[in-house]
Amino acid sequence: MLRILVIEDDPEAANYLVKGLSELGHTADKAGDGETGLQMALESEYDILIVDRMLPKRDGLSVIEELRKSGNHTPVLILSALGQVDDRVTGLKAGGDDYLPKPYAFTELQARVEALARRPKTASQIETTYTVGDLTLDRMAHSCRRGETEIPLQPREFRLLEYLMQNAGQVVTRTMLLENVWEYHFDPQTNVIDVHISRLRGKIDKGFGAPLLHTIRGAGYTIRDAAQ
Amino acid sequence: MTRLSRVTRTTAFKLSLLYIAVFTLLSGFLLVYISQNTDNLMSEQVVQTIDAELNGLSDIYVRGGVRDLVQTIDRRSRHPDASLYLLVDFAGNALAGNIARLPTLVLEEADGGLRRVHYTRQGQDISDVERQAMVRTFELRGGFRLLVGRDLGEQLRFSNLLANALRLWLIVVVVMAAITWIFVSRRVMKRIDEITDTSRTIMTGDLTERLPVAGNDDEFDRLAVSLNTMLDRIELLMRSMKDVTDNIAHDLKTPLTRLQIRVESALRDAESGEGYRTALEDTLSETDQLLRVFNALLRIARIEAMAPGDGLERVDVKSLVSEIAELYEPLIEDEGGVLEINVTDGVFASCQKELVVQGLVNLIENALKYGRPSEGDLKIRLSAKEKDARIVLSVEDNGSGIPDEQQERVQDRFVRLDESRSEPGTGLGLSLVKAVARLHGGNLRFTNGNPGLIARIDLSPAEPGSGGNSNGQDGHGSGRDTSTDG
Repeated sequence: MLRILVIEDDPEAANYLVKGLSELGHTADKAGDGETGLQMALESEYDILIVDRMLPKRDGLSVIEELRKSGNHTPVLILSALGQVDDRVTGLKAGGDDYLPKPYAFTELQARVEALARRPKTASQIETTYTVGDLTLDRMAHSCRRGETEIPLQPREFRLLEYLMQNAGQVVTRTMLLENVWEYHFDPQTNVIDVHISRLRGKIDKGFGAPLLHTIRGAGYTIRDAAQ
Repeated sequence: MTRLSRVTRTTAFKLSLLYIAVFTLLSGFLLVYISQNTDNLMSEQVVQTIDAELNGLSDIYVRGGVRDLVQTIDRRSRHPDASLYLLVDFAGNALAGNIARLPTLVLEEADGGLRRVHYTRQGQDISDVERQAMVRTFELRGGFRLLVGRDLGEQLRFSNLLANALRLWLIVVVVMAAITWIFVSRRVMKRIDEITDTSRTIMTGDLTERLPVAGNDDEFDRLAVSLNTMLDRIELLMRSMKDVTDNIAHDLKTPLTRLQIRVESALRDAESGEGYRTALEDTLSETDQLLRVFNALLRIARIEAMAPGDGLERVDVKSLVSEIAELYEPLIEDEGGVLEINVTDGVFASCQKELVVQGLVNLIENALKYGRPSEGDLKIRLSAKEKDARIVLSVEDNGSGIPDEQQERVQDRFVRLDESRSEPGTGLGLSLVKAVARLHGGNLRFTNGNPGLIARIDLSPAEPGSGGNSNGQDGHGSGRDTSTDG
C-alpha cells in the first residue's frame, strides 16, 4: 500500500485519480493548487507524488524544485498535457522522476506509479542480482540463468529482462519499455516491443516449467512467479 | 514644411550634418593650431633678429659714433631684405634708413618696446603703403633715436595662406557632405524605403511578396535575402497551419461523428449492461485512435515550428542506424522479411537524434506496411552515406513503390494511397518524416527503385571535433550497472 499525494487542479481528474488509486488499495490525498500541494508534501510523508505541471498559485515544476531544495526526495510522477521530448527533459531536470503525458490510460499511470515506488532510493539499495522464481539475473556477472541452465542474452535482451525484473510483480507498459530500455520517446505504430518480448519469452520461458513472463491484456507485461 | 521635415528626419541628412560638423571642427582645430604655432615661432624669430641687430648697431654707435652708425645703416639699407632701419636726430630729421613714412608716435615714444606698425618703405611705389612691420625704437645718447624692425609681409602672407586653406577646406567638406548625403539618400535610403514599402505590403496580408534583391551582394542584398528566407518560412508555417486546420476539419470530424453516433445509438438501443459495455469499449478504442492522430498532428506542428538548429547534437550515424536496426530486426524477421543495413563508418551528423530515429522508424514501418513485394520476401535496406557534404539516410524496400505523380502528395497530411484504409494508420507518418527532414535543412525524397521505393532524407554533417554526444556506445548492457532510470 502506498501513500500518494495527487496535486491536480482539475477536480474531475483529481477525483478520478484518487478513486482509482484507492481502489488499488493505496491511500491517496489530493491538493488543488501548487501552494497547498507543496505544504502537504512537506508536512507529511508520502511514497509518491503525482504532480500536474500547470497548477494555480505555483506551477508544478516549481513545487518539485522547492521540494528538492528542502531535501525531500519523494519520487515524483509529472502529469502534463505537454508531452514532447523537450518538455519531458525540462520536467525531469526540475527533479521529476517520471513523466506521463495527458491524456493517459489509468493502467499506464498505475504501472508507472508502482515502478516508481519500487525504485531503489540510494545506490547501495540497487540490487546486484534479481530473482524471480528460479530465474536469476546477475547484473555484475552479466549473466542469466534459469534453474541450472545458463541463458545467453543479447545486450538489449539483458536490459529488457533487467527492467522487467527490477519491476517484478508489477505491470510494465510498452511505452515504459521503449522509454527505459531503448530510451526512445515516441509511439511506434507497430507491435515492435511485443516482438522483443516474445523473443525474450522464447529464451527464458520456453522449455521450462511455469511461465514467468506474462502479458497483461490492454496494459503491458509483468514478470512474476506464479507460485508467489 | 512636411517635405522639409521629412528630409531633415532622414538618417542620411543627420549623417551629413554630423559629417560637416565633425570635419569642420577637426580641420578648424588643426588649422588654428598650425597658424598659432607658426605665428609664435615667426614672431620669436623676428624679435630675435631685431634684438641682435639693435645690439650690433648700438655697439657700432658706442665705438664709432654717429657717423659709423649712419654708414652702417646706409649700407645695410641697400640690401633688399626684410630689415628696416631708421635713424633720426633729436629734431626728428632722418639721418639714415630705408623707411619713408611711419607714424610719428613710434619715434616719439622711443622706450625700447616692441610695436607693430604700418609703414612705407623708401623707393616703393605708392600702392604699397600699407605694409606692416615689427619694430623696436631706442633712444641713443645725444638725442638720436634708432629704429630697427622687420617687415611682416612674409608672415602675413603665410597667415593668409592658412586662412584661405581653411576656407577652401570648409567648402570641400560641405561639398563632400552634400555628395554623401545625395548618395546615401539616393542609393541607401531608397533601398531601405523599398524594404519598408514591401514589408508594409506583406503585413497587409500578401505573404507571397518578396523583397527586391539588387544582385550586387551588398549588405542590403544580404538583408533582403535573409528577410526573404524568413518570409518563406513564415509562409510555409502559415500554409501548414491552414492545411492542419483544413485537415482537422475533414479528417477528425469523421471519427468524431462516428463516436457521437455510437454513443447515441448505445443510449437509445442498448438494453443490457453488456450492450453498454461493448459500446463503451468501442468508444474507448475510437478515442485512442483519435488521440493518436491528434498527438501526431501536434508533434508535426511542433517540429515544423522549431527553429532550425534547435537541440542539435553530434550523433554517430552508424550507432543510430544500428540501434534502429536492433529494434526493428526481430519484427521484420517475424513478418518474414530481411533487414539489411549499409552504413559507412565514422560519419557524424548534426541532428536531433530522437526525431531522426522517429523519422526512420516511420519509413521502416511504411516499408513494412506497403513495401511488400507481390511475390517473394520483403527486403528492407536501411543505409546511410555521405554525399555532396550531406548525410543521406535511406530506407529502401522491394515492393511496388509509389507512382511518380503521387510521390509529392503522400507527404501531405492525412494522405493515404491505400484508399480502403484497411491498414491501421493515420496518414501522418510521412508528414512527420518530411517535417523532421525540413528541420534538419533537408528534404524527404522518393525514387522508384524498380522494384521498390527508396525514401531518402538528408542531414548536415557534424563539425569534426565539435562537442556533444557521440552516442558511441551501442547499447552494451555492461558499463550501465549504476543506471537507475526507471
